Amino acid sequence: MLDRVPLADAARPLVRLGGAGFAAGTTEILKDVTLDLAPGDPIVLLGPNGSGKTTLLKIAMGLIAPTSGEVLADRAAVRSAFLFQKPVMLRRTAAANIAFALAAAGRPADRGTVAGLLDRVGLGAVAERPARRLSGGEQQRLALARALARAPEILFLDEPTASLDPQATKVVEDIIHQVVAEGVTVVMSTHDLGQARRIAGTIIFLVKGRLVEHAPATTFFRNPSTEAARRFLAGDLVL
Amino acid sequence: MGALDLVLRGDPTLLAIVRLSLAVTLSATLIASVLGMTLGAVVALTRFPGRTPLIVGMNGMMGLPPVVVGLLVFLLLSRSGPLGGLGLLFTPGAMIVAQAVLITPIIAALTRQVVEDLWAEYRDELTAMQLGPAGRVAALLWDARFSLVTIVLAGFGRAAAEVGAVMIVGGNIDGFTRVMTTSIALETSKGNLALAIGLGGVLITLILALNGLAWGVRQWAERHAG
Amino acid sequence: MRRTTLALVTLLALGAGGAVAQDKSIVVASTTSTQDSGLFGHILPLFKAKTGIDAKIVAQGTGQALDTGRRGDADVVFVHAKAQEEKFVADGFGVQRFDVMYNDFVLIGPKSDPAKIKGGKDVVAALKAINGAGAAFVSRGDKSGTHAAELALWKAAGLDPAGAKPAWYREIGQGMGAALNTSGAMGAYVLSDRGTWISFKNKGELDIVVEGDQKLFNQYGIILVNPAKHPNVKKELGQQFIDWVLSAEGQNAIRSYKIDGQQLFFPNAEATPAKKAG
Repeated sequence: MLDRVPLADAARPLVRLGGAGFAAGTTEILKDVTLDLAPGDPIVLLGPNGSGKTTLLKIAMGLIAPTSGEVLADRAAVRSAFLFQKPVMLRRTAAANIAFALAAAGRPADRGTVAGLLDRVGLGAVAERPARRLSGGEQQRLALARALARAPEILFLDEPTASLDPQATKVVEDIIHQVVAEGVTVVMSTHDLGQARRIAGTIIFLVKGRLVEHAPATTFFRNPSTEAARRFLAGDLVL
Repeated sequence: MGALDLVLRGDPTLLAIVRLSLAVTLSATLIASVLGMTLGAVVALTRFPGRTPLIVGMNGMMGLPPVVVGLLVFLLLSRSGPLGGLGLLFTPGAMIVAQAVLITPIIAALTRQVVEDLWAEYRDELTAMQLGPAGRVAALLWDARFSLVTIVLAGFGRAAAEVGAVMIVGGNIDGFTRVMTTSIALETSKGNLALAIGLGGVLITLILALNGLAWGVRQWAERHAG
Repeated sequence: MRRTTLALVTLLALGAGGAVAQDKSIVVASTTSTQDSGLFGHILPLFKAKTGIDAKIVAQGTGQALDTGRRGDADVVFVHAKAQEEKFVADGFGVQRFDVMYNDFVLIGPKSDPAKIKGGKDVVAALKAINGAGAAFVSRGDKSGTHAAELALWKAAGLDPAGAKPAWYREIGQGMGAALNTSGAMGAYVLSDRGTWISFKNKGELDIVVEGDQKLFNQYGIILVNPAKHPNVKKELGQQFIDWVLSAEGQNAIRSYKIDGQQLFFPNAEATPAKKAG
């Protein structure tokens, strides 16, 4: 539980990690990560595959516990939601999936609210279709609507467009922009530089489980302070 | 063939036997489904010491010999036994108990497998939605509904086909506890083989019809709710 | 919808099981041979018409029927193994034993008659011949009245195939109908009660080879299960059944049961059966 710690900019962090690490067996996936996730501009976790982005997101959401260090978050007061890289559709209609998410969040699951959420993500026409029969892009959007059904303050997205074509990617990114405009703090991972540029307010750059750079996007892209970041931006594969 | 004649004429004795068979087996299946699915779901989703031996035991008991179950329930319900006061022996109630005991392990073991597999798939999502244990069980059981229907049918089939348990605890009393399987056994022992085979045909047709109906319902449901 | 179905099915089940206890009914433990002969189908409706009582027959082997009585799971026992029945009463499980009827056993054999005994009138000699020829013989082996009679006949012949277990002696542990089916399939000899034999529909190559010997006499007895041992026994209704079976009406009902014009059972209850006081 987080006490109200007054910080320099008086912004209460939604989640705080202190020296958090995660090891599975002998493999260290995340090492000694310390950061605050503050409300406000979208935060993008950037880094090559295997850099620990997904694990960091899951720890921040509270889905897994760090094996070392700590994570602080007032789970009761701060509503969070998670969009998985490969979201799992419930074996029901699209509308029923939304209704389920609403009910799970303790919100009224009436037809109006469900329809509203479906329309937001452009799935109004397929409300009664079995969710598993939707296309990849439609399923991602449905999962996003499910996450939004929770009316979260902080929304975690794990490579949400990794398996989507550019068209579908644009649709999802547009929704993310809208969500940001409504005041939701978005924490998103990606390995796509272009997407990071389009979305980020702040960049958290990870390499092999270590937090290498944590800077505002403009600073990171124009003038990265680490060698690894420079090489990543230049397109190097192995850092 | 004698049995076909009886069926076409709507022979009341045969109809009474069919009605009783369905009532007994459907009741037993209902009870076993409630008990078995609850047990299966709980074991699938919780960790406790002795879980693995319990799962091995549940799986093993799927093969409980009906005649052994019949004998055990008989000893339980006999007037000289612990539950004799219920006066259930040689009544359809005893037959329902015996068949429920017989098929609960099947339903429990298969439900556990299905729920455990589904949980592996849904764990991240359901955890992210911060669902409590009751919510998780309900979500998993509903989403597993098609597999669960198949499981219930498997249990029903096993109960409908058995003769050992109902013979011992029911006593095959004419007009009271005589069901299809015990009738077939009786007619065989009387040498009325043609009639026995005919009754067997009726039983198989009944079971096939019920399975066909369930299949049809499942097809319709899948098309409408995936 | 589901709740209604649940309620309906539960009601049905309970109704089937429990509510019938309100009707007048008794449980009679009897033997498979008596049931297979069809006698009960003939006499029980007459009993019900007279008294309104449903006599529910649980047909088992004699040994099992007596055990059912011992456990208190039946109200009346109606079997055909006098020695065992008398022990049942002596041990306090039954109130009193009464003769009801007799039929006879017949020795059945295959058309090929390997022991060459067809048409004989001496069953003990026939059994010796079967033993000598090593001809296949099916035994019920289930502690039934018929089984007990069979063992007594082997003993009278000075033989003990149940103990020695030669290859030609086949103990199947099942009822009379099953034994006849098996004998027909194996071409074996078998001891059967006449009632089951006459009503048996799968005779095939089997036929009677020896009959009429005094030793083949088969006496049936009826006993009320002792309510002192098992208070749940329906002693008034059970006694009504026994009284009826022993009465002129019951005895006539038994006498009138025929298959193919042949009478199967011969009533021989005492004219005024001496009843124990109380």
